[in-house]
Amino acid sequence: MEDRPVSAIAAPAAQRSRKTGAGGRGTTALSLGVISTFLIIVVLLPIAALLWEAKKAGGHSFWQAISNPEAVGALEVTFAAAFIVVAINAVLGTITAWVLVRDDFRGKALVNAVIDLPFALPTIVAGLTLLTLYGPYSPVGLHIAFTRGSVVLALCFVTLPFVVRTVQPVLLELDVEMEHAARSLGASDFTVFRRIVLPNLLPGILSGCVLALARALGEIGAVVTVTGGLPYRTEVASYYIYKQIQGYNTGAAAAIAVVLLVTAFVLLLAFGAVRFFFTRHERA
Amino acid sequence: MRRRYGLRAVVFGYLIFVLLAPLVMIFYRTFQTGLHPVWQTLSDPNTVDAFKVTLIAAAIAVPVNTLFGVLCALAIVRRRFPGKGLLNAFIDLPVAISPVVVGVSIVFLYGRGGWFGGRLTGIGHSFQVLYALPSIVLATIFASVPFVAREVIPTLRELGTEQEQAAATLGATRWQRFSRITLPAIRWAIVYGVVLTTARALGEYGTVAVVSGNIIGKTWTATVAVDQLIQNFNTAGAYAVSLVLAAIAVVVLVAMTVIRPQESR
Repeated sequence: MEDRPVSAIAAPAAQRSRKTGAGGRGTTALSLGVISTFLIIVVLLPIAALLWEAKKAGGHSFWQAISNPEAVGALEVTFAAAFIVVAINAVLGTITAWVLVRDDFRGKALVNAVIDLPFALPTIVAGLTLLTLYGPYSPVGLHIAFTRGSVVLALCFVTLPFVVRTVQPVLLELDVEMEHAARSLGASDFTVFRRIVLPNLLPGILSGCVLALARALGEIGAVVTVTGGLPYRTEVASYYIYKQIQGYNTGAAAAIAVVLLVTAFVLLLAFGAVRFFFTRHERA
Repeated sequence: MRRRYGLRAVVFGYLIFVLLAPLVMIFYRTFQTGLHPVWQTLSDPNTVDAFKVTLIAAAIAVPVNTLFGVLCALAIVRRRFPGKGLLNAFIDLPVAISPVVVGVSIVFLYGRGGWFGGRLTGIGHSFQVLYALPSIVLATIFASVPFVAREVIPTLRELGTEQEQAAATLGATRWQRFSRITLPAIRWAIVYGVVLTTARALGEYGTVAVVSGNIIGKTWTATVAVDQLIQNFNTAGAYAVSLVLAAIAVVVLVAMTVIRPQESR
């Protein structure tokens, strides 16, 4: 698999380190010092402060905060929508990658460029346009806004590139001759897909899905406008946290934030595990 | 053959429904209402200030993250040190966590009762971090940490070190090796990463919304302005700001498309 990432975190990391002596020990120490200072100030300290805040409130109020009915509702909506979106991405993302690699038509380069739109367009702008298009004054007559469907729609916009961009390079590398051979031996299209194409694409699909899941669980910009953030119906966890912190309800905000933080950690580990598992014969 | 057209239709339908229609909508709406309301919003001092704050935050976050990204990529690919795997996993954290969680964390760190709560005292004077420009800058940096590193790492891996070792045997200094061999080789990966970083820095909403405090004319960013204008039922104003952001997004997309072939050679 070619290791050219398109999304920021799609690069395979589980590769052997080169034993090279470029740079002396002094510069290594210096650059490591700069890197770790930067990470501590920018990333680690705020996260530590969040964990500290959650711990300060104590275990009892933590459980109270995450068993609050509205919080539970928000978490349910978030996870349910995220899993639906990941399933949609797994299927439609793979088909999109397939069409972009194997099909040929005019304007393919343009379609390929448009895929990255969610990385380029601010998500709050996406939310606004989705609201206009599929809201109460919809010019196309689709009224999805303020329903649970709108949560899924907004998250579909935000996560669209992930699976496409992790499957595309694998598909480019995949040898068509295997498929020809299978077909000449009498395999049906479905058998070829199931026995040859899918197993090869699986690592790409899975890592794309993990990235999409992480993004879907945390998104707020695209979701906030088009869903209206109605408690128990379309309110997602991020928006719930946002509301709590705006109302100076720090304990509740910290508790739900910790839940999302831990989920993100688990997903990063899963992402690493997927890469590790599927590159095992390359390492062996 | 029929199946091929079927798949194509599914993909086109999906992309139009989810991606293209929203993008076209922004430009169509502007076309419909004319440029007057757009100009009215964009010449409003509060909008101008919001764009200023966004640009300042991006102007700080992009160079800082570019420098960090290149340093990080060099360390991960070329150096051996304990905790390398951890660092490699760690730089992805900012894009895996919810922006709101990041924002809330910054509030806890710099807010009242936080470790660096209240005003930070610098040399001779003190300044406010939270609900002011510094926290917006911090939030923007956090949100766009890994992009440059993630683009540069695979390019550096492919490059290897043979050329630099050859240069070293010919007496090139470390700086000469970096500026004449490494830098030209990873140039396009850096540019691609910078484009992604810039897009994220200009468009970040969740983190900034939490830490900005929504003080109109002071801590509004462009994206916060869009949200606030929607909430004030000023849809025309929200669309005017969105138009500028969407135009930037189109430029970013074009840049990404132009750069990518060079990057993959």
